[in-house]
Amino acid sequence: MSGLVSLSAEQGFLSPTGVEIAFLLVGLVTLGGAVLAVTSRQLVHAALWLVVALGGVAVLYLLLTAEFIAWVQVLIYVGSVVVLLLFGLMLTKAPIGPSPDADSGNRWVALAVALATAATLVTVVVDAFRTAWIDLDVPQGSTEIVGRSLFRHWVLPFEALSLLLLAALVGAIVLSRRKKERR
Amino acid sequence: MHLAYPAVLAALLFSVGLYGVLARRNVVLVLISVELMLNAVNLNLVAFDVWLRDELHAGQSLTLFTIAVAAAEIGIGLAIVLLVYRNRGSSNLDELRDLVERDPGSDDGSDDNSDDSNAGDGAASRPAASAAAAPKGEVTA
Repeated sequence: MSGLVSLSAEQGFLSPTGVEIAFLLVGLVTLGGAVLAVTSRQLVHAALWLVVALGGVAVLYLLLTAEFIAWVQVLIYVGSVVVLLLFGLMLTKAPIGPSPDADSGNRWVALAVALATAATLVTVVVDAFRTAWIDLDVPQGSTEIVGRSLFRHWVLPFEALSLLLLAALVGAIVLSRRKKERR
Repeated sequence: MHLAYPAVLAALLFSVGLYGVLARRNVVLVLISVELMLNAVNLNLVAFDVWLRDELHAGQSLTLFTIAVAAAEIGIGLAIVLLVYRNRGSSNLDELRDLVERDPGSDDGSDDNSDDSNAGDGAASRPAASAAAAPKGEVTA
């Protein structure tokens, strides 16, 4: 911890490094995509703005030197989850074009709750980690490092997770299968 | 890099997702907001893992697990949404009110009848419809 304090003495708060500026810009794009995804009145556009937000988060992982997580994010979230969501919108016959009833009546309460949460969390987080600096000189998340820790220390959760995925797959098939009429 | 950058961004993303969960009517849009909240948590996990130089890399491993669980959740969630839509003809959250608590004294038989006429597959779909509406309550909770 004393190393962290001496590290913070070297780095000024008001002189951001290049990585910090890049993080800030990509973070703004991510946040803008997220806000548009939850406020857009066109349902398909909301799912497409989600792609911007999730892709921005992938770039943020790259800036944090967690490259394996970044590619997994691109493959699974941008590649499959968004496609699933688009299929869901299509199969529930979501209207093309603006739908005025996309937001429910309690959106102002929701806005108040979200603003209160944001204010509380940001205040606490900034106050707690004012003198914490991430040292990014050694990459922490290459495929080799993550794979080694995953298959050395986290094998049992990994296998349990594959079982969970299988159960979810079977469950989704059983739920969405059309039942035959029994006479 | 200052740790406040990813931490503050994750907090803001979480709040945006929270707003979406509370404000949206369409179930698929609520699922989109849930994905945003999960991503905020993942960003926190990765940032703190890189900050702490964890030997086990618990943060990144947990991020991978979260991504996989989110994929499973979105698959099951969309299957349930499809089932509800097929039975009700609508995927708006505020129209799924089967579990609403009524006064035991008042007789609400007429309300049940109107629900039955909405069901697409006839009488056989009635238990399936209420069974599908029950997990929906957990999604909103």
